Amino acid sequence: MWSIIREAFDKTLLVAKAYGILHITNSYLCTVALAYGPSMIPAINLTGDLILAERISPRIRKVGVGDIVVVRSPVVPSRVVTKRVVGMEGDRVTYLPDPHNSDEVRSIVVPRGHVWIQGDNIYNSKDSRDFGPVPYALVEAKLLWRVWPPKDFGPMQHIAR
Amino acid sequence: MAAAREVLVSAAKKFFVLGLIGVPITDRFASVVPVRGRSMSPTFNPETNPLFDDRVMVEKLCLRRYNFSRGDVVVFRSPVDHKEKLVKRIIGLPGDWVGTPHTYDVVKVPEGHCWVEGDNEIPSMDSRSFGPIPLGLASGRVVRIVWPPQRMGEVERKVPEGRLCPS
Repeated sequence: MWSIIREAFDKTLLVAKAYGILHITNSYLCTVALAYGPSMIPAINLTGDLILAERISPRIRKVGVGDIVVVRSPVVPSRVVTKRVVGMEGDRVTYLPDPHNSDEVRSIVVPRGHVWIQGDNIYNSKDSRDFGPVPYALVEAKLLWRVWPPKDFGPMQHIAR
Repeated sequence: MAAAREVLVSAAKKFFVLGLIGVPITDRFASVVPVRGRSMSPTFNPETNPLFDDRVMVEKLCLRRYNFSRGDVVVFRSPVDHKEKLVKRIIGLPGDWVGTPHTYDVVKVPEGHCWVEGDNEIPSMDSRSFGPIPLGLASGRVVRIVWPPQRMGEVERKVPEGRLCPS
């Protein structure tokens, strides 16, 4: 009788440990992000890519201009968006608020503790041009390595404008 | 010597397993954090002695859907400094119009944001200085005070009157 309870306890502990390792890896070290949509063309395909993202750089403040990051959306908090960092705090960013209809250029200084994020495809992207600079604390991960599709397997390109 | 080493290794192993099981629980369900400073007085830290800072229980299940109510006390990361965590009360939710007390101005809380303020009158780091904050910054809801023992109890949900025109 006792041996059964003992064994059940050991098995549960094993599962709990495995879950713990998974959780810690996924939320402190690296995670796999499924990124899709038109906003990051050509860096990310329209139909969706699987990309390995690491969570250490945001934590130690090593995210910089040109990195593609996963950011918790300031508009819909239960969703995340994938954009490129265009300006860090204190940088002056110039952008086209409405590239479809006008050539108007605006410029803004990114406030303290915030970042300016934009999609690579400025014609079809909801980003800081709509909702303004986002707090750095919303940056959750930095994209590192594309895993799928296999023909694009490799590190993510770092583009600073 | 060998025995002492064995004891140490076994203690380290137990500690490691405790961490493996404890971290997911504190991340997903609930954790206990100390509250520093006077900005939430008298709800937390009514006395100034920092030795008797309140310890509060923070519930994290609300983060699955980000369903907060007006009057909830929340822990969130500061929009100005990502390393700092703040404890404040939610006054307004998306779509609400919030009156700011000193400038007699009315601000509309944008989609996905909330308006947070300390319970204390004294100026604190809250929406009165940095404006509405994204709900995504929230990292939990304060449900009860767990320490010191004489102050144990639930944290009430209360909304200050005359500050808000709900949408």
